[in-house]
Amino acid sequence: MIQPGLPGTTVVADPPTPAVRLPRRRGIEFTLIVVAVLLCVCGYCAVGLARHGTVPPGAAGYGAGLGVLALLAHVAVRFRAPYADPLLLPIAVLLNGLGLILIYRLDLDTPADQAAPIQLIWSTLGVAFFIAAVLFLRDHRVLQRYTYVSVVAALGLLTLPIFFPAVNGARIWIRIAGFSIQPGEFAKVLLAVFFAGYLAANRNALAYAGRRIWRFERLQLPAGRVLGPIVAIWLLSVGVLVLERDLGTSLLFFGLFVILLYVATGRTGWIAVGLLLACAGAMAVGRLEPHVHGRVQDWMHPFASIEAGQGPNQLAQSLFSFAAGGVTGTGLGLGHSILIGFAAKSDFILATAGEELGLAGLSAIFLLYALLVERGYRAGLALRDPFGRLLAIGLASIVALQVFVIAGGVTGLIPLTGMAMPFLAQGGSSVVTNWIIVALLIRISDVARSQYDGTAAP
Amino acid sequence: MTKYIRRAAGLCAVLLVALLVNAARVQVFLASSYDDNVANRRQAIARYEQPRGDILVDGRTVTGSADTGEQLRFERTYTDGPLYAPVTGFASQLYGTTFLENAGDEILSGTDPMLAPLPLWNDVTRTQNPGGKIVTTLNSAAQRAAYDGLAGRRGAVAAVEPATGKILALVSTPSYDPAELSGTGPSATRAWNRLNDAPSKPMLNRAIRQTYPPGSTFKVVTAAAALDAGVVRDLDARTESPDPYRLPGTTTSLTNEVDGCENASVRYAFEWSCNSVFAKLGVDIGLGDMTRAATDFGFNDRKLKIPFSVSPSNFDLTLDRAQLALSSIGQFDTRATPLQMAMISSAVAGGGSVKAPYLVERTTTQGGRTVATTGQRTLHQAMSPATAQQMRELMTDVVREGTGRNAAIPGATVGGKTGTAQHGIGNSGVPYAWFISWAQAEGSLEPAVAVAVVVEDAAADRGEISGGGNAGPIAKAVMKAVLGF
Repeated sequence: MIQPGLPGTTVVADPPTPAVRLPRRRGIEFTLIVVAVLLCVCGYCAVGLARHGTVPPGAAGYGAGLGVLALLAHVAVRFRAPYADPLLLPIAVLLNGLGLILIYRLDLDTPADQAAPIQLIWSTLGVAFFIAAVLFLRDHRVLQRYTYVSVVAALGLLTLPIFFPAVNGARIWIRIAGFSIQPGEFAKVLLAVFFAGYLAANRNALAYAGRRIWRFERLQLPAGRVLGPIVAIWLLSVGVLVLERDLGTSLLFFGLFVILLYVATGRTGWIAVGLLLACAGAMAVGRLEPHVHGRVQDWMHPFASIEAGQGPNQLAQSLFSFAAGGVTGTGLGLGHSILIGFAAKSDFILATAGEELGLAGLSAIFLLYALLVERGYRAGLALRDPFGRLLAIGLASIVALQVFVIAGGVTGLIPLTGMAMPFLAQGGSSVVTNWIIVALLIRISDVARSQYDGTAAP
Repeated sequence: MTKYIRRAAGLCAVLLVALLVNAARVQVFLASSYDDNVANRRQAIARYEQPRGDILVDGRTVTGSADTGEQLRFERTYTDGPLYAPVTGFASQLYGTTFLENAGDEILSGTDPMLAPLPLWNDVTRTQNPGGKIVTTLNSAAQRAAYDGLAGRRGAVAAVEPATGKILALVSTPSYDPAELSGTGPSATRAWNRLNDAPSKPMLNRAIRQTYPPGSTFKVVTAAAALDAGVVRDLDARTESPDPYRLPGTTTSLTNEVDGCENASVRYAFEWSCNSVFAKLGVDIGLGDMTRAATDFGFNDRKLKIPFSVSPSNFDLTLDRAQLALSSIGQFDTRATPLQMAMISSAVAGGGSVKAPYLVERTTTQGGRTVATTGQRTLHQAMSPATAQQMRELMTDVVREGTGRNAAIPGATVGGKTGTAQHGIGNSGVPYAWFISWAQAEGSLEPAVAVAVVVEDAAADRGEISGGGNAGPIAKAVMKAVLGF
């Protein structure tokens, strides 16, 4: 445990070079990247063989492109973050490559709408951001200086789409020069920085100022004075929900804040308050917003529209897709997830994975995400500075929550909220953001592992 | 802080487990119910993903598949839709399948496991077999002759091969083009509504799904029963039959349209179709022997499949004597499908045994490997071979010098029986014209064909309607087609 009262805002100086150095593991990373790229090329060929009986003509180009991108990222890591966790980059490459395959495969069923080439451009941009972040951000603790700049920027990005017309019922896009950008995606990273910085600085006040209720230490309510920030975040989440009709993002922000608050203070009281506020907000919005109300109804009765004679809705089609996949799946290119229609390549991309790769493939994808999150948490555990720890936990939790919210939504576990499956889904802002998240985790894990001195993390 | 990080990681692990458990629930435990949901298009897509197998007549395919390039990719086409519609039925993406398209659907769509080169082959390779073929027993010339003979009038023709039970022709008119119903477009819906609303009921398969009062053609059954039961021993002996014949227990008298029926011999009565003689004969045979004979010929059989089901022909099992008298001349509640009447004619020609009629010679894979062959099956021995021989004489006389002279074919032995069936309240309906017959080429050991024709010709004059006049020439054309004359 870090001693209470230690000022969290000061940048901790690098410790003296430890006697024991961890192996760098760059060779393992390279091997895993090669495996990931080969897997993606195999998948790409499998689609072509299934659909046209031939290896697609672009297979070599696709493999070379993905390989070069991965290699450049690997070189950047090798030079500037030599101690970084060797699993993060290969997982990101594999997930991004798989996403490109799934989108390319769905493109075959929608000749008028080719999304894969644009997604490839965005992926390239994402890797460029990744390399830039690894090269120019030498130490994640620099970011702590920009705590309040981050929140202002995040709020700015979040409010920007309000001035643009709504698309498909949600006001989360801005269109510039033909490209749709979702500023809320970038705001996630900025908010994680803000939460980590704010909580690292104020966690003691938040943890110890409070009155007990029922004389139980554990159920200690925070003092009204420090309740302000959480109420502000809650209002922000509800504001996002109401103004932009984006249930998923507001859920993500709030969940992220509650997790970081708990990790920073260890107060279950915060969780209770958070859950209460979340329930109140959800009920109020669920009653007032027909958009949200409909989603809950769909979740409880996914086949209601079939019984009403209106045909299956998107969620029902998504469930049909997963069911059609069974355990082993139909094989890439052989499913009919395009029946989902609108958003088959974005919010519902997981249904294609579920149908064509089956429960086996879907579980593998879930485990890849779990590994990514676990690696983030591990970096957080190994670090010593509270800001870095909270930032690592925050970034990993963004991935975890996002996967849970959208995967749970399309499989009927929880009400469906529009959100991008990290790396897999069509959507430029999302893929760029996820590459930045991985870059930050690489940087943090590099610091964590290079600092390792043979003792367990504090 | 470490403790709380670990707890937060635990929360993430719980979320992961929830996702995995839920995925297993959807993909494994609920999968089959989702797959079978009526709104799930996948089964339809898989079904129409490959060309449907073909139905063959005389080695030539009468069906096809058109690649539409749409989501439900292949649509059924027909080379001679209206001609073969009573056999093929339709295979519609909207309205399902009928007749052979229905009965042979597993073969045609490729889902029959017997199509696989090895057992469980498709489960291992997860591929679908190409649609198999159905080889029918039909004779295209006979089918064409029957269709042209009916010339769009309401009626039906059924022809079988007496020795085997193979169905050589199965025609119902007016017909329709089943290709109109194949697709999913608005034109298919319009065609469906139009065909269902049409008063002429073009989708009704009159050869097997419509029963008619058989009228005088039923006298074949009555005569055979009389001979078998020993009620008549000599075809040429005079019978004790008044003309007109008063139905037992009533004041109603049954008259004849020809002279000379009083006490006429069975030969004369059969040749000239004396109602009075056969009505009294039925009563003399008795209810038990009459129903037994009718049942042996195939009446009241609810299970007959060729391979699709045939409507049961009816001969009442409880009748008073007056009703029995009328039933014995094919009136009252006696009703028969054209196929049933062809089976009666076939039994006479084939030595008394009633063969199970069948339409599918064999089924094969697309490559031609035989999957299944339909075997011949005897349903009943409807009369003794000796009786059958006497019945052949009677029927031959009808064509040689009686009411069926229209059907005579030089170079062949032809037996026949006409019928003009009254129907409607007080017999007010326009009568149905019947003709049943069989033909055996001279020098041949076996009869080649037995045929039944019914024409419900609403347009013709009442006086014109007679089995010999309307239906006889059609039967003759079909028989000639089979004989190859």
